[in-house]
Amino acid sequence: MNIQPREFEADPLSVAERAPWRGYEDGVWTREIDVRDFIQKNVVPHEGDAAFLAGATARTDALWAKVKTLLEAEIARGGVLDVDASVVASIVSHGAGYIDRDLEQIVGLQTDAPLKRAIMPFGGWRMVKNGLEAYGFEGQPWFEKVFPSLRKTHNDGVFDVYTPEALKCRKSGVITGLPDAYGRGRIIGDYRRVALYGVARLIEDKKAQGASLELDTLDEETLRRREEIAEQIRALKELVVMGRSYGFDLSRPAVDAREAIQWTYLAYLAAVKESNGAAMSLGRVSSFLDVYVERDFAEGTLDEEGAQELIDHFVMKLRIVRFLRTPEYDQLFSGDPTWVTESIGGMGIDGRPLVTKSSFRFLHTLETLGPAPEPNLTVLWSERLPKGFKDYCALTSIRTSSIQYESDDLMRPYWGDDYGIACCVSAMRIGKQMQYFGARANLAKTLLYAINGGRDELSGDQIGPTFAPVSGDVLDVEEVKAKLLPMMDWLAKVYVGALNSIHYMHDKYMYERIEMALHDRDILRTMACGIAGLSVAADSLSAMTYAKVKVIRDARGLAHDFEIEGDYPAFGNNDARVDDIAVWLVETFMGSLRKQKTYRGSVATLSVLTITSNVVYGKKTGNTPDGRKAGQPFAPGANPMHGRDVKGPVASMASVAKLPYQHSQDGISYTFTIVPSALGAAEAERVENLTGLLDGYFFQGGHHINVNVFDRETLLHAMDHPELYPQLTIRVSGYAVNFIKLTREQQLDVISRTFHGLH
Amino acid sequence: MVSTERPPAGYSPARKPSGLRAVRPAIRGWIHSTETGGAVDGPGIRYVLFLSGCLLRCAYCHNPDTWHMHHGKPTTSREVLAEIATYAKFLMHAKGGVTLSGGEPLVQPDFTHAILRGCKEMGLHTALDTSGYLGLHADDYLLADVDLVLLDIKAFTEETYRALTGVALQPTLDFAERLARMGKPIWLRYVLVPGLTDKFDEIAGLAAFAARLGNVERVDVLPFHKMGEYKWAAEGVPYTLTDTEPPSPELVDRARAVFRDHGLTVA
Repeated sequence: MNIQPREFEADPLSVAERAPWRGYEDGVWTREIDVRDFIQKNVVPHEGDAAFLAGATARTDALWAKVKTLLEAEIARGGVLDVDASVVASIVSHGAGYIDRDLEQIVGLQTDAPLKRAIMPFGGWRMVKNGLEAYGFEGQPWFEKVFPSLRKTHNDGVFDVYTPEALKCRKSGVITGLPDAYGRGRIIGDYRRVALYGVARLIEDKKAQGASLELDTLDEETLRRREEIAEQIRALKELVVMGRSYGFDLSRPAVDAREAIQWTYLAYLAAVKESNGAAMSLGRVSSFLDVYVERDFAEGTLDEEGAQELIDHFVMKLRIVRFLRTPEYDQLFSGDPTWVTESIGGMGIDGRPLVTKSSFRFLHTLETLGPAPEPNLTVLWSERLPKGFKDYCALTSIRTSSIQYESDDLMRPYWGDDYGIACCVSAMRIGKQMQYFGARANLAKTLLYAINGGRDELSGDQIGPTFAPVSGDVLDVEEVKAKLLPMMDWLAKVYVGALNSIHYMHDKYMYERIEMALHDRDILRTMACGIAGLSVAADSLSAMTYAKVKVIRDARGLAHDFEIEGDYPAFGNNDARVDDIAVWLVETFMGSLRKQKTYRGSVATLSVLTITSNVVYGKKTGNTPDGRKAGQPFAPGANPMHGRDVKGPVASMASVAKLPYQHSQDGISYTFTIVPSALGAAEAERVENLTGLLDGYFFQGGHHINVNVFDRETLLHAMDHPELYPQLTIRVSGYAVNFIKLTREQQLDVISRTFHGLH
Repeated sequence: MVSTERPPAGYSPARKPSGLRAVRPAIRGWIHSTETGGAVDGPGIRYVLFLSGCLLRCAYCHNPDTWHMHHGKPTTSREVLAEIATYAKFLMHAKGGVTLSGGEPLVQPDFTHAILRGCKEMGLHTALDTSGYLGLHADDYLLADVDLVLLDIKAFTEETYRALTGVALQPTLDFAERLARMGKPIWLRYVLVPGLTDKFDEIAGLAAFAARLGNVERVDVLPFHKMGEYKWAAEGVPYTLTDTEPPSPELVDRARAVFRDHGLTVA
């Protein structure tokens, strides 16, 4: 192996000679902060196929072998390798850290050692304390001195203001997954700005923003914005300090591809050093970085192997982003996810594809480094993407099951051509938009509340408003719907109230300084609500309409079980009778949300997404009128219930594609699993057919799809022999996980889902 | 002068492609099931309609529940086409189409043809999956609406064929030759069953015949499997292949090589 030590110190003379913007076409971007304009003026779309790609270098193989050893050690230690319990994390809390300084082409770690987790208590000190205890790092006297007596956290603030109603809903599980105990996440800084402009220029811009808020009346909102901008500038300065610890001068723009990747990564790293958000997505960097790679190619300073190596090393870093969380958190969102989502491809509004060779290179990391759940590689699919790219995506999906797809043709009219996906399915314009992430409401349970007059079917407690329960022995759909409507309105009110509490306190106690420093002054905020159990609720209403659903009441007078006589059409078979009910549910709940007053003028949106929490939601929900038994998992996201979509994949997709994006702008998640042989005999044929399925689904109006291509047998084997499948990656609702890191319950849930196979 | 008269309800004054809104008689028929998104019964992603009714009693049949037409579900071509219409754009974008399979679609030629015609009017690619035994049921009008024939030739001597299926081979060969004369593309399918259809001189004979036809675009050699065995019990018919194992990958490769050696494309 020929391993050359790399040089870290840039020669100041050669840097001075190389103007950062040499050879680039001018535009608005040279005068203002506008990364999109830079991309539009300078991107070189690649319309060919994947033949140009190079494999992993010896350095990459050697470095990845080290990372793999570390990852194995992490699993062996119960999921957490090490924690630095001595200091509160910040952008500058730790000195430089390396995996192997001689091998790494892109450097930077969250702490001073790989996979060593940091303490980020401002979201909630309890999460940190419990995390420390769970992994054997208890008894940190300094920590207990500071939290919570000296420093209040977001979590404390939220519980100061939660209404009793919100607490009850949280406890019963009709609203679950609220980001009230840790970082809310789902904010994407425009990390590219650091590479393109350098931090000094960004600070100038922020100062001008501050000056623009020297208004006659300094009201509360103006003062808050002025304080936030001051915090943003402080964070940018810390970013420069952090960069210097690795030997880089981030105050100036990047001059070549290596620096562009390094600068972008360090900006992102600053965010994940300080903020343990639920999802810490990267944005849309690949084609931006490609502009630098192409220039280096033209100048003869980089070749394909070198370019792939830089991206491989960047991606390796993204794979080892870690946060200290509790085992309970991992049970809800298993596999220790971070949602480092990178959005790849898509079309420009001028009709050019935004696919570049670096789009391929990012996907290629699934081969050079093998499959992995992170970064969450998300292809923005358009019918008009170049065939070579479509084929490479499909091929990579078939081989690795590690890609998700979202319809660029559907989202581009809403969000333009420089949006990225936060977390799983939430689109936002990069640097111009953020969201107040809001977990989800349990629609199936809400339906049971409507039937039981607001009482919880499991605990018997009065959670919702005391309406008259359904009294008849057979459920009448019109009566149930008439009770469901006010119940949805009530739930939306409590739900948005809880989210307002959360985000008010989050802005106050855990403001994402560096991420917001990489945003414009004026941004669009969305209040991203969500629902779970859509197919259960739709099938339940369908059963009441087309079959006969008898109520069985328990001693408390609660409808605790249901007996179904006859058949009913189930969601997932392209049957308008029930699909229309699902559409109605989405529209109606979104209508309830739109009536609510949201924090900081945010726009309410909705997602149909559960991630893996469909298992936990199911646990917390009693028997439902569709025949689902208490405790059984819901279908994930917008999926039809397991095994009820019996007419094949196209029918299943057609049903999901009917759900209206205009009323669910935070995304509609669909997870699709097919056995390889059902896609065709040979690989070339499978590629063609998977591409066809994606084109068909998205043309039909589908928003998102996770694609898994594997046999049930593979998963069963992996359950029993996890050591043989360290990198087996599968797609679940909106992100990818390491299959062996799922709980046994979740593994069984995945295996019980509909596998589209041969008839 | 512009007419202000409204068109009759249900009709649009806009010009439609010829035939798209043609009102055709609803032909009654029987179907076993449908599968949306098949990718192995013709090119691209396909809507596969399984018609019930078949005259053959193949020993390895994995859909014996499609033998009797009246065990299927009664429907009409109009209902079937209305459903296919909801997938038409999907299938076109997925570079697929509609495959009529079974059972044996040519047990119900009028029903089959009505569906094929409707599919062509929607611009969809059509495939007919048949044993060819009832090839004479398919007149030239019907075949004009078929883009591709998936032809099962289950054996290549009368003796083996009859032992396997209970009927004669010749009608299938005649049908294949007729398709050749019409220049209608064929995907030939051959199920390899150890001890039953693994005589290599027969396979070579079939390969030579297929190569001579000139319209065989591709050959699928399908390894025998027992996934349909449980259905036989429900039909009350003894299953004779319980002890037969699926062919080894080597045997399948050998059979494929025979077709390839005759210049045929093997999937």
